[in-house]
Amino acid sequence: MAAESHGPMHQFEIQRLIPLDVGGFDISYTNSALFMTFAVLATFSLFWVATRHRTMVPSRWQSVAELMYEFVGGMVKDNVGREGMRYLPFIFTLFMFILLGNVLGLMPYAFTFTSHLVVNATLALFIFIAVTIIGFSRHGLHYFSLFCPPGTPLPVAFILVPIEIMSYFIRPVSLSLRLFANMLAGHVLLKVLAGFIITLPVVFGIVPFAAVFGVTLLEIMVAVIQAYVFALLSCIYLNDAINLH
Amino acid sequence: METEAAKMIGAGLAAIGVIGGGVGVGTIWANYMTAVARNPSMEDKLRTPAFLGFALSEATSLFALVIALIILFT
Repeated sequence: MAAESHGPMHQFEIQRLIPLDVGGFDISYTNSALFMTFAVLATFSLFWVATRHRTMVPSRWQSVAELMYEFVGGMVKDNVGREGMRYLPFIFTLFMFILLGNVLGLMPYAFTFTSHLVVNATLALFIFIAVTIIGFSRHGLHYFSLFCPPGTPLPVAFILVPIEIMSYFIRPVSLSLRLFANMLAGHVLLKVLAGFIITLPVVFGIVPFAAVFGVTLLEIMVAVIQAYVFALLSCIYLNDAINLH
Repeated sequence: METEAAKMIGAGLAAIGVIGGGVGVGTIWANYMTAVARNPSMEDKLRTPAFLGFALSEATSLFALVIALIILFT
């Protein structure tokens, strides 16, 4: 990134906190890894506190955990069906990880690890490969019928099959790029607007300040929606693999 | 100097693609509102497809944005 050290792109720079080098591979503990640790620890402590004293009438923390579970569980059940509930732990973990990553990144001076394509591409490729393996292990070669829905007339199939194959292989790209671009654009927008506050005199600075306030609220909404959309699309891809259209 | 200017112009032109995403997302939410106003009992059932359509159409405009950023910063 060819930005100056405190430009809007400065927040996305990766810094090595504990440099590590094993066999030529740079596996340093970076600020990205630090915030991933924060996200995992926050999720862990939330559910540890919530389920420590389980009661019939839920306490406040327990009802938070139950709401989360019901939300994701309902999403999986609606979109994949009863058989998909086996994959609920994975979808739930994925949702919480991305949600915490997005929301923690909104704090001032925090690092958003979902604003790096590497992280998102890893998650998306994992889902893509897992879905393909699940599809082939459940349906065998019959899984190829995903590319040509039954009842397609032959002339249409010539156009439809390439499109379906392309849309299948573009899935990990669009899944990871969506989250990446949303987070990147949102954070750059916030920093650019915040820059206006400092450069303007106090009286006029109120206008961009109000804008930053509104955009921050919008960004919190986007952070939650994007985590939801990522989990929802994973559910839909899983549904394709399990139920074949 | 000219390459810098050309980069800026190119990034600006690439960002025009975001218009399509804006129109698409607007259409989806407008139709969701209309549908819920006509038949409020369908609200919960329509929410998931609405979010799905929002995400899919927003992604296309974000591709344009990513192209603009790539032009600008490489």
